Amino acid sequence: MIKRLFAFILLIFTSVMFYTIFSNTVQSTELKGVAKQYAARGADELGAQNLVTAIVVTYRGLDTLGEVAVLFLAATGVALLLRRRKEDEVLPLSEDKPKRQSSELLRTGANLLAPIMVMFGVYIFINGHLSPGGGFQGGAVIASAVLLLFLSDINYKINHTVFGLIESSSGVLYVVTGILGIFLAGGFLDNRILPLGELGSILSAGAIPVIYTLIGLKVGTELAGIIDNMRREN
Amino acid sequence: MTELQQGIIILMGIAMVVSAGLAMYVKDLVSSVIAVGVVSLFASILYLILQAPDVAMTEAAIGAGLSTLIFLYALHKTTDKEEEND
Repeated sequence: MIKRLFAFILLIFTSVMFYTIFSNTVQSTELKGVAKQYAARGADELGAQNLVTAIVVTYRGLDTLGEVAVLFLAATGVALLLRRRKEDEVLPLSEDKPKRQSSELLRTGANLLAPIMVMFGVYIFINGHLSPGGGFQGGAVIASAVLLLFLSDINYKINHTVFGLIESSSGVLYVVTGILGIFLAGGFLDNRILPLGELGSILSAGAIPVIYTLIGLKVGTELAGIIDNMRREN
Repeated sequence: MTELQQGIIILMGIAMVVSAGLAMYVKDLVSSVIAVGVVSLFASILYLILQAPDVAMTEAAIGAGLSTLIFLYALHKTTDKEEEND
């Protein structure tokens, strides 16, 4: 009875809150303030066709660095909690009940699709400054390809040394690119350390493709590492 | 925004609320996880209609894809442990 009363009170408060938000919202017909400045000056200043990317990587680059740091912390936390003990590596995965292999259909399909998915992920983050998408999306697609390989083969192992090396070096290079902006251009994470190029071509928008490639590699290896830690039997 | 788009948006919203409710009330935990993934999937379509393709891609890849699988792995792990304790 008390529980229902609380639920009812919560419902009333939520509806009042939403009604206030809804009634105070005025549909805007044009951009205002900082958004207007971004839309007007983004293409000329940064040379990126996709304005979202220009904002995410450059104008709000510090937020993106924070996001990458949060993801890194999450991956580290998962690795710490689910870390592999030394004896697990010596023991076979399971000796009492043998694991069932995946079906032929899934294995063949995964082997066919995984390289294409990795290629699509790379396409997404390389074209981040031209079309929708970017480092995070491309990295997630790459991680899904690794996930498909994990699903299709229960004994599939990733090379942790290579993955760790890619992850840490791309993270360091991202920060180094950001710091280079202080010395060579207007400030931290400024993309104008490289020539802006022609608007709309693949080698344009200064350092944005470089930064998004690094983010893509970092996010992809990190998410793959998280999944690998999760699937491990202990 | 055309009538058709508005209709699709309303349908998607209803579908999201229904799957979110299913996620809470379904007894089987695996179905519940799938329902949570479906919420993300509809949300990503909604973002696409609202002309935010960047967000839609993130939602589809991470919300509907990876996080569902991570939930399933976690579920698998915890149920294994319960069986060991019996």
